[in-house]
Amino acid sequence: MATHDIAAPQGFIRKYIFSLDHKVIGLQYFFLALVAVFTGMFLSLLMRIHLVWPNASLPFFGEIKPETYLSLLTMHGTIMVFFVLTTAPQGGFGNYFLPIQIGAPDMAFPVLNMLSFWTTFLGFIVLVAAFFVTGGAPLHGWTGYAPLSALPSAGPGEGLGADLWITSIAIFCIGALMGALNFITTTLDMRAKGMTLMRMPLTCWAWFITAILGLLAFGVLLSAGILLLMDRNLGTSFFVPLVTVNGVLTGHKGGSPLLWQHLFWFFGHPEVYIAILPAMGLCSQLLSVFSRKPIFGYRAMVYAIMAIGFLGFMVWGHHMFMSGMSPYTAFAFSIMTMAIGVPSAIKTFNWLGTLWRGKIRFLSPMLFAIGFVSLFVVGGISGPFLAQPVLDIYLHETYFVIAHFHLIMGVASIFGIFAATYYWFPKMFGRMMNETLAKAHFWLTFVGAYAIFMPMHYYGMAGGLRRYSQGTEVEWINNLAPIQKFISIAAFVTIASQLIFLVNLFWSMKKGEKAADNPWEATTLEWTTATPPPHDNFGGVTPVVHNGPYEYSVPGAPRDFVMQTDAPVTAKH
Amino acid sequence: MGLGLLVVIWLITVVGSYFIIAKTWWLPVGASAAAAGIDHHFTTTYILMGAVFIAAQLALGWFAWKYRDRGAGPQQAYYSHGNTTLEIVWTVLTIILFIGLNLASESIWATERFDAAKPGAVQVEVTAMQFAWYFRYAGPDGKFGATKPELEDASLGGAGALGLDTTDPASKDDVVAGVMVVPVNREIEVILRSHDVIHSFFVPAMRFKQDAVPGLAIHMHFTPIQTGDYELACAELCGLGHYKMHGIVKVVSDQEFSQWLAAREAEKQ
Repeated sequence: MATHDIAAPQGFIRKYIFSLDHKVIGLQYFFLALVAVFTGMFLSLLMRIHLVWPNASLPFFGEIKPETYLSLLTMHGTIMVFFVLTTAPQGGFGNYFLPIQIGAPDMAFPVLNMLSFWTTFLGFIVLVAAFFVTGGAPLHGWTGYAPLSALPSAGPGEGLGADLWITSIAIFCIGALMGALNFITTTLDMRAKGMTLMRMPLTCWAWFITAILGLLAFGVLLSAGILLLMDRNLGTSFFVPLVTVNGVLTGHKGGSPLLWQHLFWFFGHPEVYIAILPAMGLCSQLLSVFSRKPIFGYRAMVYAIMAIGFLGFMVWGHHMFMSGMSPYTAFAFSIMTMAIGVPSAIKTFNWLGTLWRGKIRFLSPMLFAIGFVSLFVVGGISGPFLAQPVLDIYLHETYFVIAHFHLIMGVASIFGIFAATYYWFPKMFGRMMNETLAKAHFWLTFVGAYAIFMPMHYYGMAGGLRRYSQGTEVEWINNLAPIQKFISIAAFVTIASQLIFLVNLFWSMKKGEKAADNPWEATTLEWTTATPPPHDNFGGVTPVVHNGPYEYSVPGAPRDFVMQTDAPVTAKH
Repeated sequence: MGLGLLVVIWLITVVGSYFIIAKTWWLPVGASAAAAGIDHHFTTTYILMGAVFIAAQLALGWFAWKYRDRGAGPQQAYYSHGNTTLEIVWTVLTIILFIGLNLASESIWATERFDAAKPGAVQVEVTAMQFAWYFRYAGPDGKFGATKPELEDASLGGAGALGLDTTDPASKDDVVAGVMVVPVNREIEVILRSHDVIHSFFVPAMRFKQDAVPGLAIHMHFTPIQTGDYELACAELCGLGHYKMHGIVKVVSDQEFSQWLAAREAEKQ
C-alpha cells in the first residue's frame, strides 16, 4: 500500500513533470484533455466548413479531398472519445478528487498513476503523428471496421497512418488499464475512517464503477488492436476473409469482419458509460449542492449506476443490427438495450426530484448541471428508436445516430466536464473563475449545442447518411443541404464561444478572485481542506467521517449544510 | 436566471417538437410491404418518447424557475432523502414502457429477418465493391454461375467485374446489370455480397438496409408495392468514394420485368 511522504518533492521535474502526486497527475490529464478537445474541435470545424463549402481552401489542409474529410472524421472521433471523454472526467477530475473525497492522502499506487498518465500522453503523440506521415491519417472512421482498417490497399491513410492509429489506441488501453486498477484499489482500500461505501459522494461511486468498466473493456480492445496490427503487418487473417481490392487478391483468407465489430463494441458500448457515468455522478452532486437539498434517492442512484455498468456489457450488439449478425441475437440485444434505459430514467427522475422544493442557486457549475440534465434527456430519448432493430433498419448510419450519441455521450459529458471545471477550479487553482464570462459561456454553448444537434435528427430522419464527404451525389441527401448549412453556422458560433471558456480559464488562474476553502458551502471532504490542498491533501490530519455526503438544509442544524466531518446529525422535525 | 432557464428550455422544446409534429423533414413515402408497419411503429415511438421529452423538459424548466433561491426570507429547501414508493413506481412504469414498446415491434422484425424469402421469390444477387454496385440475375436455369476472385477485373465491368467463371454452364444465362430492376408486388430475395470491404445496401423508400460483408452471402428480402425509380446508397463507410456509391432500384410491372430480362438475355447471345 502507498506510503505518502508528507514532504512535497522539490525540483521542477519531480514536482510538475514526473510527479507522483495524484493532484498534479490529475492536472496533467486535464491539460492533455484540454489540448485534445481543442484539436478535436478544430477538426470538426474543418469538417463543417467542407460540408458546406467543399471548394474552400483551408489552413493546414488546403483544399479538402473526400479522403481528407474521412481522415478528419476518424481523427475527430478518436481524439474526442479517447483523449477527451475518457481522459478528462476520469483521469483528470477523478485523479484529482477521488482520493480527497474519500479522505486518502494519494492514490493507492502513485508510480502506476504517473505511468498511466505518461502512457496516455504517448498515445496522443502517436495518434497526432498519423497526420504527418505519408498517406496521412486513416479514413476508416473511429470504429475502424475491418477489412477497411486492415488493408493498406483499401484507401489513402490506410498505410502507416492506420498503423499509428491502432498503435495509439493500444497504448491508450494500457494507460487506461493501469488507471482503472488504481481507481478500484484506491476506492476499496484507502477510504478514511467512517467513509463507508454508502457515505461516498456519488462522484466517487461513478469513478469507481467507471474504473471497473474500464478494466473489463480496455483489455478486450487492446487484444483486438494487437490482432488488427498482426493482420496488417504479419499476414494473419483474424478479421479479413478472402477479399480482393480492385480485383487484386490480398492474400488473406478465412477471417471474420464481424469478429472485429464484436470485440470493438464489447469495448465501445461500455465506453459510452465510461464517458457519461462521471458526468452523471458529478451532476447529481451539483444538483444537490446548489439546490441546498439532499440528493433525491441516494441508494437508487447508486443502484442505477451499478445497473448501468452491469447492463452496459450486454448491449454491444445493438451497434450491429444491420451487420449480418443473427436476427435472433439482435432481438436479445434489443431487449437488453431497452432495459438499460430504465436506470437512466431513474436517474433523471431523481435529478428532477432533487430540484423539486429546493432553493436553487444559479451559479455557473449549477447551470451546466441543469444543462446536462436537459441534454441527457434529449440525447436519451432517441436511444429507444435506435435500440429497436425495426427502426434501426432505417436509422442505422444516418445523422439520427450522430445526433443521438453526440448529445448523450459528447455534449452531455462535456457539460459534465465544464461543470466540474467551474466547480473545482477554486480548489485546484486557489482562485474563482469569472462568473459573468462563465454564464455567457453557458448560454451560448447550451443554445448552440441544441442548434447543432437538434437538426441532425431531422437530417437523419430524412435519410441523410453519415460519413459522406459530400451530399451532392445522392438526390435525397442533396435536398437536405439547407440543414447542413444551418448546422455549420450554429457550429461556428458555438465553437467560437468556447474561446470565452479558454480566456476565463487562463485569466482566472492568474487574476481570479482568491477563493475561500469552501466557496460553494458544500459538504464533501475536498472542501474541508486548504485551497489548493497541501501535498498530502489534509496537512497531516486524517479526516474522520460522520455524515453522508448530502446533508443540506437539515432541520435544526445551525447552517444549511453539514460537512461530512461535522458531528453526526439527525434531523429534528 | 431561473426564469431564463424556463424560457430557453421551453422554447427549445417547442421549436424542437414543432419540426417533428409538422413533419418538415420526414421519411420518404414508403414503397415496400414492410413500410407501413415500420412507419406506424416509428410514429408510436415518436409519440411516447416525445411525451417523455416534453414532460421532462417542461418539469426541468418549471422547477428551475419555481424553486429558485429568492434571497433572504423564510424559504427553506425541503429536507428529504427521497421516496422509495416513488422510486418503485417510476422504475416499474419505465420497464413497462420500454420493454413493451420493444415487444410491440418484434413481429415486424420477425417477418423481415427471422423468416426466409418464400419459394418463388425473385432472386437478385447484389455485389458491392469499391465503389460500385452490380446486380445479377440467375436467368432461366434459376442457378447462379460460379464466380472466382482471381477472374475479377473491375475495368471490364459487369460479369468481368464479378469474376464470373464462363466455363461454368450455369453462368451462361446469368445477367449482370448496373441498375437493379425488380417486379412490383413480388417478393425480392436479395443475396448480398462484397468483394473488398463492408458496404451497406440502403434503399430508404423500401425501408431496407443490410450490410454487405466480404466472405458472407447474406440473404434478405423485401416486397416493393409501388412502381418507380428509387435511389439506393451505400450506408457503411467503405473508403474515399463512399459518398458516390449510389444507384437505382427500378420497380416495374411483372411484364416489363420479364421483357427487360429477356432483352438482356438476348444481348448476351
